[in-house]
This record gives sequence, C-alpha cells and structure tokens, in this order.
Amino acid sequence: MSTSPAISPASGRSLHRFANPGRFLRLSARVLPFLAVPALLLTLGGLAWGLFVAPADYQQGDAMRIIYIHVPAAWLASGGYLGLAICALLSLVWRHPLADLAAVEIGPVGAAFTALCLATGSLWGKPMWGAWWVWDARLTSVLVLFFLYLGHIALVRAFDEPERGYRAGAILALVGVVNLPIIKFSVDWWNTLHQPSTLTVTGAPSMHVDMLWPLLTCILGFSLGFAAVVTARLRAAVMERRIRGLLLAQAQGI
Amino acid sequence: MSLLRTRKGRRLAVVLLGLLGLGSATGLALMAFNDTLVFFVTPGDMAESPPPAGRTLRLGGLVENGSVLRDRRDGKPVAKFRVTDGRAAVDVEFAGILPDLFREGQGVVSLGTLRPDGSFLASEVLAKHDETYMPKEVAEALKKSGQWKPETGQAPPAGTWNTLAPRKGGD
Repeated sequence: MSTSPAISPASGRSLHRFANPGRFLRLSARVLPFLAVPALLLTLGGLAWGLFVAPADYQQGDAMRIIYIHVPAAWLASGGYLGLAICALLSLVWRHPLADLAAVEIGPVGAAFTALCLATGSLWGKPMWGAWWVWDARLTSVLVLFFLYLGHIALVRAFDEPERGYRAGAILALVGVVNLPIIKFSVDWWNTLHQPSTLTVTGAPSMHVDMLWPLLTCILGFSLGFAAVVTARLRAAVMERRIRGLLLAQAQGI
Repeated sequence: MSLLRTRKGRRLAVVLLGLLGLGSATGLALMAFNDTLVFFVTPGDMAESPPPAGRTLRLGGLVENGSVLRDRRDGKPVAKFRVTDGRAAVDVEFAGILPDLFREGQGVVSLGTLRPDGSFLASEVLAKHDETYMPKEVAEALKKSGQWKPETGQAPPAGTWNTLAPRKGGD
C-alpha cells in the first residue's frame, strides 16, 4: 500500500484498496453481522410498533398503516437505483472490478423492493383512492424504474462475455438516472393523484411524531436489510468467481 | 485541462457530458409534454381554456362544502356535488358508489365529460388525500382549538402542530 496522497482524478486509486477480493471477503465477513442483526431487529420492531402501537390516522384509519412498508420500500427502490448508478460510474470511469459485481447483485434486490412498493401502493390505493392503479406521473415513473431494473437484470446477463454485459448494464443504469429526479419531483411538478412528500428536508414532517418514529425505524431497518442482502449476495458472487477460477485451473491441469 | 490528461479523466468527462445532454433532453421533452403529464385539470384551468365538448378528461379539486346531494335513481346511488379550486367551481354528477374518503372538503378526481351546460358528467370518482397523517385526537384537538378550520379543508402547516417530543398519554 502506498501512502502517498492520491491525485484527482486518479483518486479512484484509493477505492481500489477495496477491489482486492480477499480483502473484501475478510472485511465484509466482519461487517455483515452488524448490518443483518440490527436490520432484522429494527424492521421487526418498527413494523410491530407501526402496525400495533402507533395510532390510526384521523381520515384513513388503519389503512394508512401500510405506509410502514410502502415508504421504506419506495425509498429503497430509488436509493437502490442510485447505488446501482454509482456502481455504474465506478465501473465505467475507474474500472472498479467489484463495482461490476455489485451492480449485478443490486439489480434484483432493488427490483424486489420496487415491486413491493408498487404492490403495497396498489393495495393502499384501492380502499383510499378507489383505484388499484392510475397513470399519474408518480406511479408511472416508478413503474418505469421497475422496468429499468428488469432491463438491467436482463442486460448484464445477456452476453457470453460478462465484461460486455457489465459495460452495457452500466450505460443503461446511468441513462436511467434521469428517472430519479422525475420520481422525486413528479408530485410537485404536475397534478397527480398521489399526495406530495410527507418527509421533506426543509419543512417539518406533516406526520404526527407517534407515527413518524415507527416509520423512521422501518426506513432504517429496511435500509440496513438492503445493505445486508446486497453484501451477502456480493460475497457469494466473489466466492463463486473464485471457485470457478479454481475449477478452471484444475480442469486445465495446472 | 488536467481532467482530460488521463484516460480516467476523459472517461469521466464523457460520462458527465452524456448525462448533461441526456438530462437537458429529458427536461426539454418533459416541458414540451407538460400539459399531457398532468393527471387532472382544475376548474380554474377549465375556465381559462375550455376543453372541446365531449372530450373525456379528469377534473380535480375539492368538494365544495354544503354542495353534496345524494339521491337514488333506478336503484342506483346518484351524487351531485360541486368541485372547486378556489378560482372556479364546476357541478359534477356521478352515478355509482363513491370512495370511502369522499366527503365535503376532500380532494377528488373525476373522470368524465363536460356537458354543453357547463356541468360535468363523471363516470368514475377517485378520492385524493393529502400528505398529512395524525391521530384522530390530534385532529379533533386542532379543530376544537380553531387552528384547523374544517371549511378550508387543508390541515394547518405541520410546524404549528407537530413536535418532536412524544405525545403524553391521554391528552
């Protein structure tokens, strides 16, 4: 390891410290329990808190409790895609070898959370709005996000040469980034059936604290869970690649 | 430029340039399609630029207080109400079952056509709810103290009623 200060834009070099698969496996083995255990506790605790302890809403009653799944899932649908895009950037610009594998592993997890977001939103929409689905800007842009995930999942696996799949997938992931601000601001830019954001950076949350804390707990729990699942999948992918290398070496009789 | 001296720098520049171009193209496209991206028009929009007769569209706004008339016709529930956005109001007629959240002061989105007499015949009514969530007791306390006037529909700004301290039991 050189200790000389890295020069921009070669500062990516410092990132390559984590590119060593052995180092990643050792580091992630230590980190994984600290992600998985709090994730499980916070998610279960937050859901129990939200579903059984928190008060019902003044106008929506108990139906509003689906927010404790819907909002964390929606947050990770977008946040996961941002992670995918960052991996794509690391892959395209700095050729970071783990970023390619990470992008492949984030895809299905993000798609699952997006599907959960769409499904819970639909279950919420029917009793409150009166419709399972409407083509308003928010719902449509999240559906587009789901298709971007599916497209990425298919594209990175579509080539015999994995490198080409990674490259194509990274470009798709970066192109899809334009959808993220559209999702975020769709409820402000256009008339939508979906309500605007409850949690904002600048203003007070328009949600009573008794509901806010369980929601924030669920968001944190889901996020740690997302990180834990992606880390575990990435570990499996690194080990799989190692084993394949070993088998190949064995078959060639080296 | 020092950025372009290395391969990494050049790749970064290409990616950033591509994103910039893509972002502006998307922004321009969204601006051009602005009118079709809205889910509904408000009575005020409709008064400004009346839609052609017979065209199906969505009308959104608040149900005006004291305007709801519920009736039955041929064994089917029929509701008449006025939808307002503060600038203009439109009479709406709807035969069918209204969503549970439908009430005076509530946001609704109706799908239907504008009739020649200026009233709106809806084939579907959806309820719209806002982003405010609070327990019943808090809502009642706000209404009782006069902070929240039911006629205006909207809940008072969150900063005036939400605190980060947990609510004491039984208040």
